[in-house]
Amino acid sequence: MSGKGGVGKSTLSTELALALRNAGKRVGILDVDLCGPSIPRMLRVQDSSVHQCDRGWVPVFVGHDTAIALMSIGFLLERPDDAVVWRGPKKNALIKQFVSDVAWGDLDFLIVDTPPGTSDEHISTVEALRPHQLLGAILVTTPQAVSVGDVRRELTFCRKAGLQILGIVENMSGFVCPHCSVINCGSVFFILGPTGSELSLSPPCPTGCVPLDPQLSQSLEEGRDFIQEFPKSSAFPALTHIAQQILDTSQKSS
Amino acid sequence: GKSTFSALLAHGLAADETKQVALLDIDICGPSIPKMMGLEGEQYVEENLGVMSVGFLLSSPDDAVIWRGPKKNGLIKQFLRDVDWGEVDYLIVDTPPGTSDEHLSIVQYLSATHIDGAVIVTTPQEVSLQDVRKEINFCRKVKLPIIGVVENMSGFVCPKCKNESQIFPPTTGGAEKMCQNMNVSLLGKVPLDPEIGKRCDRGQSFLAEAPESPATLSYRNIIQRIQEYCEQHHLQEEKIM
Repeated sequence: MSGKGGVGKSTLSTELALALRNAGKRVGILDVDLCGPSIPRMLRVQDSSVHQCDRGWVPVFVGHDTAIALMSIGFLLERPDDAVVWRGPKKNALIKQFVSDVAWGDLDFLIVDTPPGTSDEHISTVEALRPHQLLGAILVTTPQAVSVGDVRRELTFCRKAGLQILGIVENMSGFVCPHCSVINCGSVFFILGPTGSELSLSPPCPTGCVPLDPQLSQSLEEGRDFIQEFPKSSAFPALTHIAQQILDTSQKSS
Repeated sequence: GKSTFSALLAHGLAADETKQVALLDIDICGPSIPKMMGLEGEQYVEENLGVMSVGFLLSSPDDAVIWRGPKKNGLIKQFLRDVDWGEVDYLIVDTPPGTSDEHLSIVQYLSATHIDGAVIVTTPQEVSLQDVRKEINFCRKVKLPIIGVVENMSGFVCPKCKNESQIFPPTTGGAEKMCQNMNVSLLGKVPLDPEIGKRCDRGQSFLAEAPESPATLSYRNIIQRIQEYCEQHHLQEEKIM
């Protein structure tokens, strides 16, 4: 979750799914960003469509081992550029269907990629998933002070909704110039302190910092598996560390 | 960069002291404008620049506005009807992302005022552009004129070696090609300058604080094009009336 658009929620959801798949898990991704679905493109399955079976919609399976199942409104649009001009109630109905009428099969993890904010999609998703065991929420932010307010509001939402905070990810945290290799640490945007410390004050929860990495943006543009193909890049250790924390938390809670 | 651009556009338009500028933040769940404009409780930045946001109505910075659509729509209506805006030359509306309640409501409530148009903000990658195409189609669907597209975070110039790199690679030709294909104007490209974020965090106007930066020149150019568009639009409106 995040309060802002374009901070990297879909990127993190995608990379997390790929990392968990690499760890041998079966992963589902539910894309509830109905007005701006990005995951299909990031996994290069934007031209796929969903089919019906007797148990409901069949999600789109990604990769040769089909270990990632994805459901997104992107698969239901007639043309990819169609705008989904829906008010809340219609969005809520589709989210409910996405949870109850999709034949997800046996999953180890279901990652939900949300739009920014604390509104219809978020309330409906939490409500629809309540009967299942919810592991918790990951908040994504960028290192500017304007983002701190957003994270605080998201934290309040999670508290009120009874969602555990699995961690706060500071994305676009610093940038290594490919020309001179100088680390523009946190100066691409304005950092608040080492590892966004102002945020980690409130809940004692793990944080991760993912640097801005052109290789990461490029691989998402081309729908490549960053986790397998770019193990030497600057964002790789951060992303795998976050995935490991999620695996550890889920082991503890089961 | 929607809120950043809205804030700077407000500063840029208010530089003309004869104009009255209003900035309305309808990002109900994530209001950034109060902080970006350096406002703590105050609602006037300058004599001629007024701001309204849900951020001013919250009792603590931790307060989350956990509202579904209808309640958000109610507040937007109040913002337009019950705020004493005075005589306003420009009303800038900063929206959340998407094409849903807030967007439909603001267009509907302002329909009688003949909105000049929408400015659409994007970053150069295809992942962003695919959302922007949806926004453009939304505008066409609700008959909202499009003033143009701003490409933000378009390249990063290293403060040390001055070389430019593409953080968000324009793999499909960036906003330029998308604008050609969709037949809308590209208002300009703004490079990623670390100073922009810093000034926004301090509530300062980047345009005034870094007048020589290439990003400022680009912003000024874009703001001027928007002013010209609005003047043109008003002349046409007068002719019709």
